[in-house]
Amino acid sequence: MAEFTLRLRRYDPESGDAAYWEEHTIDLEPHRSVLEGILQAKNRDDGSIGIRCSCRAAICGSCGVRINGRPDLACHTHLDHAKKHSSDGVIEVEPMGNMPVIKDLIVDMEAVHWKKIRRVTPWLIPKQPVPEREYVVPREAMVDVTQSMACIQCGACVSDCLSMEVDPEFIGPAALAKAYRFVGDPRDDQHFERLQDLAEDPHGIYDCTHCFQCIDACPKGVAPMSQIMRLRRLAGNDFAIEDRNNGERHEAAFVSLVKQYGLLNEAELLPRSYGGDTPLAKFKPSAAAELTSSLPAIAKALLRRKVTPAAVFKPHKLAPADRAEVKRIYETVEGRDERVEFNIYISGRDEDLT
Amino acid sequence: MKVAYWPGCVSRGFTPELHGSMAKIAPLLDIELVALDRASCCGAGVIAEHNPELADTLNARTFALAQQAEGTALMMNICSTCQGAQSECQERLDASAEYRAKINETLAADGLTYETGLSNKNFLWLLVEEMGLDELRSRVVRPLTDLRVGPFYGCYIVRPVTRLGIDDAHPRDAYLGQVIEALGGTVTDYAGAHKCCGFPIITMNKDASLKQAGRHLGDAVDAGADCLVTPCPLCHLNLDLQQPLAERVVGRDLGMPVLHLPQLVGLALGVSPSELGLQRHVVKPTSVIDWTTSVVGEVGAPSAGG
Ligand code: SF4
Ligand code: SF4
Ligand code: FES
Repeated sequence: MAEFTLRLRRYDPESGDAAYWEEHTIDLEPHRSVLEGILQAKNRDDGSIGIRCSCRAAICGSCGVRINGRPDLACHTHLDHAKKHSSDGVIEVEPMGNMPVIKDLIVDMEAVHWKKIRRVTPWLIPKQPVPEREYVVPREAMVDVTQSMACIQCGACVSDCLSMEVDPEFIGPAALAKAYRFVGDPRDDQHFERLQDLAEDPHGIYDCTHCFQCIDACPKGVAPMSQIMRLRRLAGNDFAIEDRNNGERHEAAFVSLVKQYGLLNEAELLPRSYGGDTPLAKFKPSAAAELTSSLPAIAKALLRRKVTPAAVFKPHKLAPADRAEVKRIYETVEGRDERVEFNIYISGRDEDLT
Repeated sequence: MKVAYWPGCVSRGFTPELHGSMAKIAPLLDIELVALDRASCCGAGVIAEHNPELADTLNARTFALAQQAEGTALMMNICSTCQGAQSECQERLDASAEYRAKINETLAADGLTYETGLSNKNFLWLLVEEMGLDELRSRVVRPLTDLRVGPFYGCYIVRPVTRLGIDDAHPRDAYLGQVIEALGGTVTDYAGAHKCCGFPIITMNKDASLKQAGRHLGDAVDAGADCLVTPCPLCHLNLDLQQPLAERVVGRDLGMPVLHLPQLVGLALGVSPSELGLQRHVVKPTSVIDWTTSVVGEVGAPSAGG
């Protein structure tokens, strides 16, 4: 037995008072979970502490909270580990972010998380005609979607998504990972429609700021951001969806500029992201409008000699021999019949096998 | 210490003062830079989004070139995004001999091979892990006394924690604070230090992108920071170059100077602000220059704007 102190965030909307912190001392073995600690405080000190839980085994996804500022499952975090990573020896537990608090540590998953999950049509739309018996699919195809199927809907990734923090309408990591689960499923009949919908939505796949928060937040290794990148890959490359958000244009411009110069030529990237992947992009109306609206920043940069006119007109690039090597790599890799995607989640590491 | 030096693209394009200041301070730290001038763009996550094998092959080529750079102890970068994008590729390359062989097959045409075991460290990591904070402290000639500096890391250098080797023995997500203190400055805690500058979606959702930059800059203002410091030139673009637009989106004046890490180190090593290219920033580093009153005359920043 050991003694731990929990600092819980309390909030009761019916009281009319603001949220506050409250400390509880508990006695449990160090390998027991933060959830058990909270439940002991609830049983011994104050039955009104609000916490949602069910399985206590990291399966049901009910007990998502923030522990010492990071989202996690309370039943999946050892007390000694949590104490070690606290700022002052006291384990701090608060409700998840990006969702309204119902009471204490319980957030309104329905208002945010589930609404977004429903947004992506989270069920299979089967290919017609439906076979008399089961669908027969290649094994690899289902292995590919297992990572997104590992989701237990705990909301930890939603809690700390940095795009959602500034854009609450962003569909978000959990729902987009769920979308990949069906886009990657060969039995589904609506891959193109699903992708077009998510690419054209201003709060869809191109609204993710690539911040990796959801990868670290997820207790199940779903890596939602990686699933979002796969959705983009399929939408932009395989289905050639030219979305209104410049997502596909930005990627295409970036990739082809590096192919051409070996280095990134940012002065060309901006206009091409708006106007399309051509040197004439900067003269297109959409690009011109954007450049004009960015003018104060660019004018100031020119004034400070930060961006010299030469940098705009004479891009930095590799020597010809190296440009040729880069180009050949592009041609070899892009010339393959099938794109190679090595995913450590699925393949594992060599050292894991020995 | 001799390092295979990867400056990245942005540090030679839109933020030339970053590469310039690194080149200025390297001799003062006894770091010999062997530039990888044959290497290509790391892809900044965008090439990996397009085709992971392509990004892995391009970066394997860079790693192979670094391994060929004679007498170098390791590879060093000066960009959080290069660090993250390259670490992601290296993680895949190192995970499987079979996959590595496939990539090396493509490189073989140009006589290159990547072998596991290359250490690739951002300048920030190198300062703390290779040079050591005591050594850095001993070289400070103009301590940043009374300068309140807010760290801004950039997502790519702090997440995912396992890929980036962040653990109890290597608290790399706390190194900026340690360096600021070693230089004699004061660390300002504020909410945004480990958050996203918003740059990756600047062309896709400009409003959300600038809201992120504006929010973190505003938090730093409220926490009383004199300036921010970042190891990431892409963060610098959204936090400095775009700051006037971010001010409009969040509806408040910010005026928060943002320094590149080598610039902050350079100031403490006694290099003048103009040699570090501080006059090139969009937001005038007045608060920083006031502090080094002795050199204020050398800063040729035009007085317009700021
Ligand atoms: S990577 Fe994208 S989805 Fe994941 S937390 Fe960041 S912004 Fe949200
Ligand atoms: S993706 Fe991971 S963090 Fe997000 S809801 Fe599913 S299990 Fe939870
Ligand atoms: S109680 Fe079910 S996941 Fe924690």
